[in-house]
Amino acid sequence: MFKSFLIKYGEIGIKGKNKYLFEDALVKQIKHALRKVDGEFEVSKQQGRIYVEVLSEYDYEETVDALKKVFGIVGICPVVHVEDEGFEQLAKDVVAYFKKAHPTLDQTFKVNARRARKNYPMDSMQINYSLGEKILQAFPNVKVDVHNPQVLLNVEIREKIYIYSTVIPGAGGMPVGTNGKAMLLLSGGIDSPVAGYMVARRGVKIDAVYFHAPPYTSERAKQKVVDLAKLVSVYSGPIHLHIINFTDIQLYIYEKCPHDELTIIMRRYMMRIAEHIAKETGSLGLITGESIGQVASQTMQSLAATNEVCTMPVIRPLISFDKQDIVDISLKINTYETSILPFEDCCTIFVAKHPVTKPNVNIIKRSERNLEEKIDELVETALKTEEVIICE
Amino acid sequence: MECYLDNSATTKCFEEVKDIVINAMTKDYANPSSMHIKGVEAEKYLKQSKEIIASTLKVNEKELFFTSGGTESNNLAIIGSAMANIRTGKHLITTIIEHPSVINTMKYLEEQGFRVTYLPVDEAGIVSLEELDKAICDDTILVSIMYVNNEIGSVQPIDKIAQMIKEKNPNTLFHVDAIQGFGKYKIYPKRLNIDLLSASGHKINGPKGVGFCYISEKVKIKPIAFGGGQQKGMRSGTENVPGIAGIGMAVLKTYENFEEKIDNLYRLKSYFVEEISKLEGVYLNGKTGLDSAPHIVSASFLHVRSEVLLHALESKEIYVSAGSACASNKPTVSPTLKAIGVEKELLDSTIRFSFSFETTKEELSYCLDALKEILPKLRIYKRH
Repeated sequence: MFKSFLIKYGEIGIKGKNKYLFEDALVKQIKHALRKVDGEFEVSKQQGRIYVEVLSEYDYEETVDALKKVFGIVGICPVVHVEDEGFEQLAKDVVAYFKKAHPTLDQTFKVNARRARKNYPMDSMQINYSLGEKILQAFPNVKVDVHNPQVLLNVEIREKIYIYSTVIPGAGGMPVGTNGKAMLLLSGGIDSPVAGYMVARRGVKIDAVYFHAPPYTSERAKQKVVDLAKLVSVYSGPIHLHIINFTDIQLYIYEKCPHDELTIIMRRYMMRIAEHIAKETGSLGLITGESIGQVASQTMQSLAATNEVCTMPVIRPLISFDKQDIVDISLKINTYETSILPFEDCCTIFVAKHPVTKPNVNIIKRSERNLEEKIDELVETALKTEEVIICE
Repeated sequence: MECYLDNSATTKCFEEVKDIVINAMTKDYANPSSMHIKGVEAEKYLKQSKEIIASTLKVNEKELFFTSGGTESNNLAIIGSAMANIRTGKHLITTIIEHPSVINTMKYLEEQGFRVTYLPVDEAGIVSLEELDKAICDDTILVSIMYVNNEIGSVQPIDKIAQMIKEKNPNTLFHVDAIQGFGKYKIYPKRLNIDLLSASGHKINGPKGVGFCYISEKVKIKPIAFGGGQQKGMRSGTENVPGIAGIGMAVLKTYENFEEKIDNLYRLKSYFVEEISKLEGVYLNGKTGLDSAPHIVSASFLHVRSEVLLHALESKEIYVSAGSACASNKPTVSPTLKAIGVEKELLDSTIRFSFSFETTKEELSYCLDALKEILPKLRIYKRH
């Protein structure tokens, strides 16, 4: 039934002289998203609109699902094409369309005609009221409301005539690649994939770093993180996942520092390493899944102590979210089931029974002095032996 | 040195098995039910495998049914016989250390209105004959007990159990889950008074996805899957010819020079047990001598988490299981280890080493050296 999709984009329409950059990025992302969908599509920018034209047989559900995952799209309008065979035929087509698309036939509506082809014999206003009249005649319970219609019936006169009235909500946000790049600290949990998704939704390209601690964490735990990165990449595009072997650093901290400070010190080293990789690879910030007070290492004091080692902005999109809100998003973006697989991640292996919840940065720094002898070397080795997996 | 000590999870295929499987897939690939000559060629593989297994077990060929593996064999034997004998009684008996494919099948039957008695075991993992004696009633239709336990290698006194069942209630059927025992023992169901017996291909160097169920012709049983009526309607579905050819070959090869191979396994086991006992903080679970299975050693390592030890061994190409890998990769407490009274702090510290006929003393010695090196290191960094 539908031969093309009109793509609505909100926010990026108001970006002034940079507008074309955003539109081009969106076109690129749409093409990328449709790459794996069966069928032939043409994505084009015309008069401040983006159209996806379907050139072959295609699967409607699959196509809409793919488009719903593209950041920057506010709405997707499935469009019916009819040939221009005179106004009477158009009226018949529009009535038939209305019945199919809005079968309850008891709505308020308004016709919104637009002439891209100016040689059409009627002008927009004439088309509006003539088609409105035909619909009113056909369906006695349907009423006109020009201010607040339930159905806004769009009729566009082009080479063919385009009819559309439904808007499927899109993912919103901004097209990936329009806002630089950031480095996500990805664990195997529920929060970090959601954090990555949320920042990617603002147009930021994502890379990720995972801290692997064999033999304390298994190959399966690593595979789980790769799988999570792949799930996030459905939205964010390809993710370069940096895998850092963290075991020796962790054991060294265990050996030299008070055990109730282990998690904080460990996290400080994770941030240092993540920032190092971020700088090397062109990321402009770090992303974490932290949320205030969720665990001992995420109290305000702990966050301050962890943040203190970084100079880059640390983006924490979940900072004020309740756990359930985060779970809801992870369910929506399909990462939840993978996140809850029972493999240990490196944060939980040596966790103390009573870790500090209000760490004092000065005391933590003093403890870190115990590491001076070997830590730089260990960090360097960890960086040198990193493994990079491209997840897409 | 690669050192695969996880043979109770699964084994490597024999070369001869691989060859016959490939032939059945690429050369004689027809449907054995087809009437043409190619169908006949395919059917030959089924006949040949049946002959091998029938003569190994000393049973009739018509008493053998091929399945998709141990789990299906256990399901067929238990559900099929319970449903067929529902008018005689609704009582079933098993043990608390059975494999999940038996335990969960029993739980399903409890939901269907059957009564199930779960027999306890002693600290060696052996079922108590006294308890069995007490449990058998007039309406007991089936007793299902495993031959060899998959986690600790304990061996049940199958002959005595069978004798007791038949003495107390001649109508009660006896099913033996021999998935870990077949291929390590010579099992003759008729002589032992076993009515139903389950076995699996991939535990004896055969392919995965194939097993068989011996069903004595005297047993009243119903199928649990329905279809085109293959295998006399007991197990419908086009026969898995490559798998069946493979399991037949695996049985044939397994029982060649059998005593010699088993003696060698026991020698390896006794060496391993002796050496590992010398290490500090190591506790062996169940029996370890000739009265235990030749291929399984279960050991608990004080203050070491089994998952971490497993991965540390993995980094040296030594592959073992923590608890029972076959059950799932979920770190849950093993009911078997609990049942034999393994102390709480050791439950999460237990590793299963399981051998095959290809295991060598060099491999075991390499594994022992690795343990000597790894254990002290892991014990420095313990969880609080």
